[in-house]
Amino acid sequence: MTEKLVIIGNGMAPGRMLEHLLEAAPDRYAVTIFNAEPRVNYDRIMLSPVLSGEKEFEEIVIHGDGWYIKHGITLYKGHRIVAIDRDAKTVTSDHGVTESYDRLVIATGSVPFIIPVPGKDLPGVLSYRDLDDVNAMLLAAQSRAKAVVIGGGLLGLEAAAGLKERGMDVTVLHVMPTLMERQLDPAAGYLLQKAVEARGIKVMTKANTKAIVGNGKVEGVELMDGTIIPATLVVMAVGIRPNSTLAKDAGLEVNRGIVVDDRMQTSDPAIMALGECAEVGGHVYGLVAPLYEMARVAAARLTDGEDKRFVHSDTPTKLKVTGIDLYSLGDFADGDDREEIILRDASAGIYKRVVLQDNRIIGTVLFGETADGAWFNDLKKKATDISEMRDTLIFGQAFQGGVSSDPLAAVAALADDAEICGCNGVCKGKITGAITAKGLTGLDDVRAHTKASASCGSCTGLVEQLLKLTLGEAYNPAAVQPMCGCTSLGHDDVRRLIKAKGLKTIPAIMQELEWKTSCGCAKCRPALNYYLVCDWPDQYADDYQSRFINERVHANIQKDGTYSVVPRMWGGVTSAGELRAIADVVDKFDIPMVKVTGGQRIDMLGIRKEDLPAVWADLGKAGFVSGHAYAKGLRTVKTCVGSDWCRFGTQDSTGLGIRIEKFMWGSWTPAKVKMAVSGCPRNCAEATCKDVGVVCVDSGYEIHFAGAAGLDIKGTEVLGLVKTEDEALEVIVALVQMYREQARYLERIYKWAKRVGTAEIKKQILDDAEKRRAYFERFVFSQKFAQVDPWSERVSGKDKHEFRPMASVGFAEAAE
Amino acid sequence: MTWIAIGSVTDIPPRGARCVATPQGKIAVFRTADDQVYAIDDHCPHKGGPLSQGIVHGAAVTCPLHNWVISLETGKALGADEGSVRTIPVKVEGERLFIALEALASKAA
Repeated sequence: MTEKLVIIGNGMAPGRMLEHLLEAAPDRYAVTIFNAEPRVNYDRIMLSPVLSGEKEFEEIVIHGDGWYIKHGITLYKGHRIVAIDRDAKTVTSDHGVTESYDRLVIATGSVPFIIPVPGKDLPGVLSYRDLDDVNAMLLAAQSRAKAVVIGGGLLGLEAAAGLKERGMDVTVLHVMPTLMERQLDPAAGYLLQKAVEARGIKVMTKANTKAIVGNGKVEGVELMDGTIIPATLVVMAVGIRPNSTLAKDAGLEVNRGIVVDDRMQTSDPAIMALGECAEVGGHVYGLVAPLYEMARVAAARLTDGEDKRFVHSDTPTKLKVTGIDLYSLGDFADGDDREEIILRDASAGIYKRVVLQDNRIIGTVLFGETADGAWFNDLKKKATDISEMRDTLIFGQAFQGGVSSDPLAAVAALADDAEICGCNGVCKGKITGAITAKGLTGLDDVRAHTKASASCGSCTGLVEQLLKLTLGEAYNPAAVQPMCGCTSLGHDDVRRLIKAKGLKTIPAIMQELEWKTSCGCAKCRPALNYYLVCDWPDQYADDYQSRFINERVHANIQKDGTYSVVPRMWGGVTSAGELRAIADVVDKFDIPMVKVTGGQRIDMLGIRKEDLPAVWADLGKAGFVSGHAYAKGLRTVKTCVGSDWCRFGTQDSTGLGIRIEKFMWGSWTPAKVKMAVSGCPRNCAEATCKDVGVVCVDSGYEIHFAGAAGLDIKGTEVLGLVKTEDEALEVIVALVQMYREQARYLERIYKWAKRVGTAEIKKQILDDAEKRRAYFERFVFSQKFAQVDPWSERVSGKDKHEFRPMASVGFAEAAE
Repeated sequence: MTWIAIGSVTDIPPRGARCVATPQGKIAVFRTADDQVYAIDDHCPHKGGPLSQGIVHGAAVTCPLHNWVISLETGKALGADEGSVRTIPVKVEGERLFIALEALASKAA
């Protein structure tokens, strides 16, 4: 009979354990997981890149929902286990679900340590532990106000760097004299502090927090010496402690963590524990490598497989802050029986220290250049006698025994069992073996097949060198990021070749540019379709099958498969008649939600696809056209009431907004374009965070561009000041046309501008009247073919097939 | 096995899909660039996205909600994602299209 395995916790350790378990004995257990977090298993180490914006949450998911379904695992999301009944062998969640078990695994992880000072519970005080914390920080960061991070350890510094990256003014408070004192000696701690400060983060060491102050919410942090540092966000990252309360309540033996033997067995033979909550051999662990080792051991125990035992080993520490290279391993305290070798290069910001005992490495600290970390780790693990190479040891592997200083040679010289990826315990031989056996050609392949470089990513350089070493010339480390897997060409090359070779259809592009697939994929086809629409407006026939569904049916798909509809309201201005028409449509089609959007429009949500043409027909009768709220195209021009009504207004901002919108609607662009016109520098239309904005002043119109207020927040850059409305329109249109012709598909204006440079854009659009005029005219030409209302086209019968099922079957039988 | 007529191949645009409504939910019927026809449940194994609305490339479709790529031949998610959706037998006679009914009934059972 299938045994019941219940797991409390769904972090990285139990996730890895299940992978091993399913590989060894897929049918032995019926598995049920209770996860206190309302989500699937994700890579917690990568929260820092999510915070800094280098990654999205979706990119760090380890097991998606499909994985649990495929393996028949029951996952209770958002269920916290509140009690274990060891006699009845059941667990009960806070939602009242009770599940019985034959074997129970506790993997409750750790909880952040909160220093017990007054004010610790004020709103605005966060810890840094899970995705909810990151989301709360991102929300707080939108204010771009002041943040204080308490704790100058690994987690605290990563949080500080992320918040700084998100535009906050960040101060790190650390109670010890130097940063990361548990992993770094004072010299490296000092260099780290300089590197952190160079990024604009303030660091205060020997800073002892007395209280968190504020009335109803955080306003600042008070230190023992009376200093008050103002802050609207306080992140406590002073450490973690094993989350062992549940085990303790159940009467299991608990010390610092849940006490387990070297096979992950607790004091109850039916219960195991692993991960950060477990204490083995007197140690608790917080880094991923030993936790994954526990997972291996636990899986072997559950399958009664090989007798695996957990053995303590030192894990290297690396900081995941882009641009700061830091590596620390083992024991580096001074001692009478210890010697050390040190290399300092002040101008290059490099510090290396190797600590020796009996001619063997016992500890290493590297700062500024960490490439030799794996090699030092290998020497330490194997307890190699280094007396022969003592004179050159500190210079690294490249300087040993006549090996050239080529970094490739250094990697080549590593033994096959040398560890490359510390997080996942992948050695060199496994990676090179997989490259050869499975014909892997790139980093993503290696990640998928071996997991090397798939967790924290700090060994990416080494893995790339292994690829180069194994594949030789065949490995091209993607100097240009290809558009997608269908081609090796990048977006810029494809755009250039479309023009140069006069390619005017998608099949022509795929043929001439040697696409590797027969008809592309969902990444390249929409891009190619846009490039052709933009470059050959009068000749290219838009390929609807290469458009994303929203642009194919001219509405926004929602999570339940229904659509939302947003009619255009020029400049955000509407009327009684229009509002009445909308109200009638809402009633007639029983539309469940009506909402005002951020772009001054009205959104009707929850419309069935079949109803779309009829909805549009009614809206069309009231004079509405599509608002293109679904398009990579001109979305909205938001306005304030300007000189018509406002006592501060300097120009007719509403009129200009409507004029721009009527001129530019219908145009397709690489990514969505949102605009705004404000009538005075008070900027009520929020023009300074738009793709293109206008701020009216007494002397004319200040043209802004390259702002962002979504995934990134960025104020606009000023393109220049023009005197008349006509000039403003010409400059804006020319700017958008330049963007249309040059940007990569899905690249917003601010990203394109960063790549091309503001100076170059100013030169072409403001300084060169002839170029500006040419851009303007090309836009006007393309509008002749673009300004067709897609809704009225569909009301007249275009693409009928999109909106109705081809058949209905089986209903009669069901009624019987 | 009972075959039910659902229309003609030309009802579906090449590299496109149409839906067939059934009491157990919608079935998505796809036509590839080379006129192969496939039918699968119109329900992505990830979050239930309507696969019939996705972009069709080769013998696969990309879900419009979160870009999972589903094989039309096997119903399985391609790439690193894991999951699968039911496939339904399709028969083409001339231009006429049929899907198998028994496969439909088996889901209800």
